[in-house]
Amino acid sequence: MASILAVDDSASMRQMVAFTLKGAGYDVTEAKDGQEALQIAKSNSYNLVITDINMPNMDGITLTKELRTLPSYKFTPILTLTTESSSDKKMAGKQAGATGWIVKPFNPDQLLATVKKVLG
Amino acid sequence: MQQFHQTFFEESFEGLDIMENELLNLDVGNADSEVINTIFRSAHSIKGGSGTFGFTAVAEFTHVAETLLDEMRDGVRQVTQESVDILLKSVDVMRDMLTALKDGGDMDAENIATVQKQLEELLGTEGTSNTSAPESGSNNENSGVDGWLISFRPHIEMLRTGNDPVRMMYALTELGDIETKADLSALPAFADLNPEDSFLGWEITLKGDVNKDDITEVFDWVEDECDLEITPLSSSSAQEIESTPTDAPATTDTPTPAASPTKQAGSKKSTESASIRVGIDKVDEIINLVGELVITQSMLGQIGGEIGNDEGHNSSRMEKLLEGLAQLERNTREIQESVMRIRMLPISFVFSRVPRLVHDLSGKLDKKVELVTTGENTELDKTVMEKIGDPMVHLVRNALDHGIEPPEARKQEGKPETGTLTLNAYHKGGSIVIEISDDGAGINKERVLNKARANGLVGENETLTDDAINDLIFHPGLSTAESLSDVSGRGVGMDVVRKNIKSLGGSVRVDSVEGKGTIFTIQLPLTLAILDGQLVRVGSETFIIPLVSIIESIQVKSDNLNGIAGKADLYKLREEYIPVIRAQHVFGMEDDNASLNDRLMVVVEGDGHKAGIIVDDLLAQQQVVIKSLETNYERVDGLSGATILGDGTVALILDIAGVIEMFKTLSAPVPPSPVDPDGKDSDIAEEAA
Repeated sequence: MASILAVDDSASMRQMVAFTLKGAGYDVTEAKDGQEALQIAKSNSYNLVITDINMPNMDGITLTKELRTLPSYKFTPILTLTTESSSDKKMAGKQAGATGWIVKPFNPDQLLATVKKVLG
Repeated sequence: MQQFHQTFFEESFEGLDIMENELLNLDVGNADSEVINTIFRSAHSIKGGSGTFGFTAVAEFTHVAETLLDEMRDGVRQVTQESVDILLKSVDVMRDMLTALKDGGDMDAENIATVQKQLEELLGTEGTSNTSAPESGSNNENSGVDGWLISFRPHIEMLRTGNDPVRMMYALTELGDIETKADLSALPAFADLNPEDSFLGWEITLKGDVNKDDITEVFDWVEDECDLEITPLSSSSAQEIESTPTDAPATTDTPTPAASPTKQAGSKKSTESASIRVGIDKVDEIINLVGELVITQSMLGQIGGEIGNDEGHNSSRMEKLLEGLAQLERNTREIQESVMRIRMLPISFVFSRVPRLVHDLSGKLDKKVELVTTGENTELDKTVMEKIGDPMVHLVRNALDHGIEPPEARKQEGKPETGTLTLNAYHKGGSIVIEISDDGAGINKERVLNKARANGLVGENETLTDDAINDLIFHPGLSTAESLSDVSGRGVGMDVVRKNIKSLGGSVRVDSVEGKGTIFTIQLPLTLAILDGQLVRVGSETFIIPLVSIIESIQVKSDNLNGIAGKADLYKLREEYIPVIRAQHVFGMEDDNASLNDRLMVVVEGDGHKAGIIVDDLLAQQQVVIKSLETNYERVDGLSGATILGDGTVALILDIAGVIEMFKTLSAPVPPSPVDPDGKDSDIAEEAA
């Protein structure tokens, strides 16, 4: 089954994402900020990265940029979680190399639908 | 989703604490953008979480506060005192809302609306507070459409954002039947072909009654990375061509690189990774079990000692057993100490409430106050901490209201305009000492004394020491503020403060020098779970007297005994007369020895009253684990709990203040503690009792 790296500084959001995806059979690894995620990503490989944008230490935009510089993450789908309904945050994510976004608030079904859309 | 609520509440309360602290740290007019960002991030997380977990009201309210913070973060809005104050109020509102949701209480709708209105007025966006308005109106162009012609030409770099055209094709097949025609015209010669670039384009025919919005949604993520044209296939409709913007003007500001982590974030991280979150019930269970372990251990120790005495020390196996038992005792003691430490938290949890209080109050009172805290890392038991918060807050209010003078008055006194409020904490023996001091006006002793005389608390010609006068402020119904304020009320309070601290087994005293300032010193036991006790025998029963209550133990000399009418005996202890309490009488036991001469008397003090308790024997002094009577049986007057001794018997722990109170009732109407007419240091509180 596909492996997913879920990055969010909010423990409740992270747990919710991980619980939902694990329930659907995905292999989920959690990270609490961009810095931790980058560390983990360097020594593992994932089919999908889902990251929050606003995080301490390293935000999701920087994480995305950093991941895209790694050869093994050149084409890996990266989704940003964003509460901003305005488009600038989504676009900032896109410009950094993100594949797409999931707008918060979302429910587990919406999350799964989006993940399936990306992972097929 | 419910299983995440607890985590959500916990992290949100933490986030609110961070917001509050950072808001108080904000340098108005010269705000640090990283601090604003930290505040914003907390609000942002709360909004996101509350939306996700279905707490719409919180999400909506937080959205407004977040918008304000966002504007500050972007530098569009100045950080003013007004906005900081409103944001602090918002933090309170969010905390109240979340508390109500967590505990199933009611929200203060009126207050929420008021603060939200203030936020909106500040933002100038009244009425547009709804979160996430739909981005675009729905597109109902599908009437009479048989299908769509989609021209999809990815830009050369589209693959590099992880967007696979095949995925979009799949998504389209879910909407209807598709026919695709690849456009290979842009494909370069093989030698020039970079497999990481995208050269293909497609003409896709999608058949069926499909909503156009559903199609645009498929390409939602790549609208900036491709040329997309979606044309209706219907023969009847006009050839309306709608194209999504191909190259949206590139935003000039590149995404901000991650700000370097602040020191604070760094330190927070390290504490996070070094600790785990455990329910207090689990810790309590361990403490309970360790308590049982201590009892079992001391039981084994006792039996081991007895067997050892019976059989002599010649058996080497016996020696080993005793050695083992001694080791068990050491280990048990260590486990007990470690477990107790789990419950210990730094006093900063209480101190952290104070900056906000000082900020709010000094504004309200028009005073300038600087807060200095030291010893924030001094640890004490969580239960004690929870109960000391309110009395401490009261003392801080009092210091700001009555202690520190307004700036003009301070200037006249030759003091700096800004007053200083100092909080200090340190360990002393088995206690924690908390000092709350101010450099304000001090207690006006003359006024206190006059007031006390007027109220009949002190006789007209009675003279009191300075300490005794200061102590009067803890008396019910004594307030010397000339005008009552809504900050610290009308003298109800100080007596409650003392009562609450006493109920924790602690004490509070005040030292004050007129014109220089006042120091309140609170002394508290580090934990409520164990107690250093003196075991005493009364008849056939063993009781435990808390060591902190004991002043001394003496042998009764009949010369010093004064019987007065009724049942009460008084004992002349140096210059003082103290009532003599026969423990047997208080607890309804038979006393086979009517004479008091030569018997043992433990002199104790509880609630400011001294008394002598007659006991039959003084046994060991030991640490005992307190078992609540209320939980296991019911509340009993005169007893604060029970414990199990090494031999398995139950010993009751005396509540000294309660025993004295019971004794007073029993021996009424005789005044329990008449003041020695010659005594200069007589306690006026007793006279008033």
